[in-house]
Amino acid sequence: MRISKLKTIIVGFAFLAIAAGYFSCQTATSHQESLPDQVSYNYDIRPILSDKCFNCHGPDANKREAGLRLDIGAEAFKALQEHPTKHAIVPGKPEASELYLRITSKDTGLQMPSIKSRLPRLTQHETDLIKKWIEQGAKYEPHWAFVAPVKPELPKIDDKSWVINELDYFVLAKMQSKGLSPNPIADKERLLKRLYIDLIGLLPNPKETEQFLGNADPKAYEKTIDQLLARPQFGEKMAIGWLDIARYADSHGYQDDNYRSQWPWRDWVIHAFNKNLPYDSFITWQLAGDLLPHATKEQLLATGFNRNHKITEEGGVIDEEYRVQYVDDRTATLGRSLLAMTVECAKCHDHKYDPISQKDYYQLSAFFNSVKEKGLESTVGGPDTWAKHPRMQITQEDLKTTLSFVHALDTNKLEVSVMGDLDTMRKTYVLTRGAYDAKAEEVTASTPISILSFNAQLPANRLGLAKWLFDPKNPLTARVYVNRIWQEFFGRGLVKTVADFGMQGELPTNPALLDWLAVDFREHGWNIKRLVKQMLMSATYQQASNMSKEKLEKDPLNLYLSYAPRLRYPAEIIRDMLLGSSGLLNTSIGGPSVKPYQPPGLWEMATSGRGILKKYVQDTGAALYRRGIYTFIKRTVPPPSMMLFDGSNRDECQVSRYRTNTPLQALIMLNDPTVIEASKALSDQLLMQQKNPKALIETAFQTILCRKPSEQEMTALLSYWDQAKKEWNGKSKEWDKTLAIGAYQPKTKNKLDLVVSMQTIQLMYNMQEAITKT
Amino acid sequence: MEKELLERGLNLNRRKFISKLSLGLGSAALGSLLIPDLFSGSNNLEENIMRGLPHFAPKAKRVIYLFQNGAPSQLETFDYKPLLCQMMGENLPESIRGTQRLTGMSAYQTSFPLVGSYYKFNQHGKSGAWVSELFPHMAGIVDDLCIIKTMHTEAINHDPALTFFQSGAQQGNRPSMGSWVSYGLGTENNNLPAFCVLLSRGKGNGQGVYSKLWTNGFLDSVHQGVQFSSGENPILYLQDPDGMDRVTRRNMLDKIAALNQMEMDAYGDPEIAAKIQQYEMAYRMQTAVPEIMDTSKESESIVKLYGADCLVPGTYAANCLLARKLSENGVRYIQLYHQGWDQHGNLPNEMRGQAMDVDQPSAALIKDLKQRGLLDETLVIWGGEFGRTNYCQGKMQQDNYGRDHHPRCFSIWMAGGGIKPGVVHGETDEFGYNIIKDPVHVHDFQATVLNLLGLDHEKLVYKFQGRRYRLTDLYGNVVNQIIA
Repeated sequence: MRISKLKTIIVGFAFLAIAAGYFSCQTATSHQESLPDQVSYNYDIRPILSDKCFNCHGPDANKREAGLRLDIGAEAFKALQEHPTKHAIVPGKPEASELYLRITSKDTGLQMPSIKSRLPRLTQHETDLIKKWIEQGAKYEPHWAFVAPVKPELPKIDDKSWVINELDYFVLAKMQSKGLSPNPIADKERLLKRLYIDLIGLLPNPKETEQFLGNADPKAYEKTIDQLLARPQFGEKMAIGWLDIARYADSHGYQDDNYRSQWPWRDWVIHAFNKNLPYDSFITWQLAGDLLPHATKEQLLATGFNRNHKITEEGGVIDEEYRVQYVDDRTATLGRSLLAMTVECAKCHDHKYDPISQKDYYQLSAFFNSVKEKGLESTVGGPDTWAKHPRMQITQEDLKTTLSFVHALDTNKLEVSVMGDLDTMRKTYVLTRGAYDAKAEEVTASTPISILSFNAQLPANRLGLAKWLFDPKNPLTARVYVNRIWQEFFGRGLVKTVADFGMQGELPTNPALLDWLAVDFREHGWNIKRLVKQMLMSATYQQASNMSKEKLEKDPLNLYLSYAPRLRYPAEIIRDMLLGSSGLLNTSIGGPSVKPYQPPGLWEMATSGRGILKKYVQDTGAALYRRGIYTFIKRTVPPPSMMLFDGSNRDECQVSRYRTNTPLQALIMLNDPTVIEASKALSDQLLMQQKNPKALIETAFQTILCRKPSEQEMTALLSYWDQAKKEWNGKSKEWDKTLAIGAYQPKTKNKLDLVVSMQTIQLMYNMQEAITKT
Repeated sequence: MEKELLERGLNLNRRKFISKLSLGLGSAALGSLLIPDLFSGSNNLEENIMRGLPHFAPKAKRVIYLFQNGAPSQLETFDYKPLLCQMMGENLPESIRGTQRLTGMSAYQTSFPLVGSYYKFNQHGKSGAWVSELFPHMAGIVDDLCIIKTMHTEAINHDPALTFFQSGAQQGNRPSMGSWVSYGLGTENNNLPAFCVLLSRGKGNGQGVYSKLWTNGFLDSVHQGVQFSSGENPILYLQDPDGMDRVTRRNMLDKIAALNQMEMDAYGDPEIAAKIQQYEMAYRMQTAVPEIMDTSKESESIVKLYGADCLVPGTYAANCLLARKLSENGVRYIQLYHQGWDQHGNLPNEMRGQAMDVDQPSAALIKDLKQRGLLDETLVIWGGEFGRTNYCQGKMQQDNYGRDHHPRCFSIWMAGGGIKPGVVHGETDEFGYNIIKDPVHVHDFQATVLNLLGLDHEKLVYKFQGRRYRLTDLYGNVVNQIIA
């Protein structure tokens, strides 16, 4: 066979990668081998049972084997239906417990998980844990996430010199228990960059850095946070994650994927974060703004949240099939984003792992089942199809008054899809196997009792649902949000599975901290800016990001935060960094989405040929330089540079993004006109002030990386400058071509200087640090 | 053989490695091994483990899927139904239609007049398979093909049907089949993506394609299908900026590496080391891809085989040739989409054009792989997302008619890579409406493709949001009768 010769080149590298990975995994092993003194059901046992046993012996009544259920203690201790003399679990006696005998059995006919289940067998460590747990009495505990959080006492710590606020007590206590100690505080330059990126998604300019460095005020750090929280760019930064959750896009999705005019809702999200709308209102308005007494137009606009899902325009579809699909989408979105429960798993059958029955699912979906909507309202057409009913019109008067945060560019009619229920609620049925036309038992709107029963005093509509969410007894709402905000700044949630707090989700790495934050957030009026500031003020956040070998070995995933995580910027922020640092950025806020540079032909290659989005018509002028959040998202062909940096395709509710590292990303940073134009623009501006290469490099470096270059770095960059000068010297045709990339017209006369400094600057943009929070 | 032994040895190592790993992670199962941030920066580790996971000896190493987007009619391709010509214009008997739901396009028709193929059928090859006169080249290689006449699906509209074929679910952001294969087997050539996508468009009534069809879904985005375009920039952002030569680029890359290394030394973040490697791979890809795209060195016989269009970038013929070259260079999964097969009306005319586009190049691809000794290890698939009705949609004329969507039976073919050649699998009723023998559900088809690649569709799982997901959801049976 003729596999290309190219293949041989990579063998060495592949081998290296294996070796490196092996190293880090081995180290992971050595720390988790020993059994805990006291085995915990929630932390040690339930994850095993859930993953390996609940599939057949869990909450799903229809699929339960041998009548045995292991998710409830009383059931597991009962005599077995098929062997009345035996018990799955006999507390204190593993050797008499059928569960233990089966998981350790050598007999493939008896062995559990059964061969049929195709589940992997338990590891030695797992069986040891179960043995010890049974020996210690097999005590069941309620699932942590279903017990309402109580504010814990601050843990005792040996050394208080490091801590700044309450969060640090919890983090430090955890570190100490793991034999770790915190990193020192990061240097001021890196810290400032981190703050700017986290709060406004833009870099500090060299002047701001200088001022911060020279500021001896002990409160300088805090004051900077306050200033950044007050900037309108804060709303833009915070909105990114919410738009992923809300599956916001500028097209309807599905095959024709024509235009949709939903952007005023996006402007509202930015506005809501900026005016610090408390989280309870933020959610209540989005779920039920239309049902609030004397609802304002702003509250109605907020309900666009539940109309952001895809809507088909494919002629010939069955209306009801799609209408039900939209209801399911809203239900799943509620589950993932607000409850962190995979409720959608109970659409076709009882949930396999969590106590959510199929009936629970349809009771929950009933809240969203009365919208005055159609599955197929219209096929591809003109402005009247850009927002589906129910919808609201935004008038010129609104733009001047109540909806002044909506940035319309012209006086064309502006309509947005919002929520609105029928006068008589639609009946809701359990749908057998989730099929839209297989109606079974009729149900009414309610919530899963395992989370919190629905108070009969509440109206059985979306407003009642919102009140239920913010009932202090609701165990999930506050935890889920503080966890997501933690993820926003620390890269991973205290519960890593931010959309799944159920049995199959991961356990909190620091449960006391999670509960403390959740209760504190609720007690302080669901104040989002306060929550953000609390996290950023902590010593935990302010640590340096150096990773020692010892720390990498003890805690390779940095679960216990003994150093600040180094995180690659989100896709939008990479774009913002390029535009901001090069002075190209157009800082206007809101308005219709824009179409910046994109490789040609992408929309044209993948269109049905219908609608106004069949061709990509690139914007010109200032519209080329808007922030990443405003880049037009056509769902079926999302912007490629965003997708390659793990942006969301907005197909459905997404609560976290990957941070991958691929060669295609390298190609973007090397060849995307956006990067080249930014290099050109920055180079042009610097050359106007400064001809000396060393001084120019220093300023550029400070602009992009927000710190002074080390001597070694400066030497490398200067030598590159000289080398580039030699390479480009005399090649006027070539440099003209390079300089022609991007609309920016440079003013510098000396084109060789321009091209050389441009190359040097692009080199800096390609440093890993340039797109990483450090 | 030596290679297989080596491979098996490596697998043993990988298995040991996995058991160590899962031990270390406590309750972590195989699926959650792939926690992306555990291996952040070095997805290669995941790749290398998974590459070691064929569950049994693979028959095929690579796939080329010639997707006929829009749903070509089975009644004018491979499912010969003379009865429809005899009963031309008569109403489809209710007993045949049964409870089949109809699309919104023909649900309101007052009658369902049967319509026979405008095109003649003949038997070909040793197998005697019936092929319509629209496809003389495919008819010529029919003894290399396994024609499945009994495919059926659950969706009746394009978007959900395509999504179902590619991801195993009609709705939701699930990984596509190519992404699953990339996840399961990794890549044979690290200078090229494991999963490549090539698009072309015929003149017939078209339906869009969408990047969702090659999405990685919840898998790591290294498994995303990479769309190749015609022209100078076959992969997005591949080409150096105008005016820059390779030496200049190389020098910049060396300095980027040097500066990144300084940061690595200071901060110890393994992600930086990975970044340095990714830049090197990007550089090699810049050489490898244009070499493959270059058709100027193709021999006359090859051009003749695929047809002159194969030198016109962006045509189906050019994509077939490119698919062969990518496959030959170790690309695991190559997905072509040819648009224009949605003949609700004007069917005889439009199908002629579509057949002209695809007939010769599809057959050429099989012949070309065969002459290179690659057909045995390359699975080639040809087909659309559902079938078309045996009754006419819209106005019926002797030489002009249309057909609506039909999910209950349709024809595809598979060839090479462990598939029995010269076989016609399954039977439909004489109306070409229902299956009477050996139905193949989309999930069965998917299970079979994975099986041929050495992957057990029930074991190739990924744990996401608490659930182990598979391409075949909870269903699917391998169709053993068509496996050689």
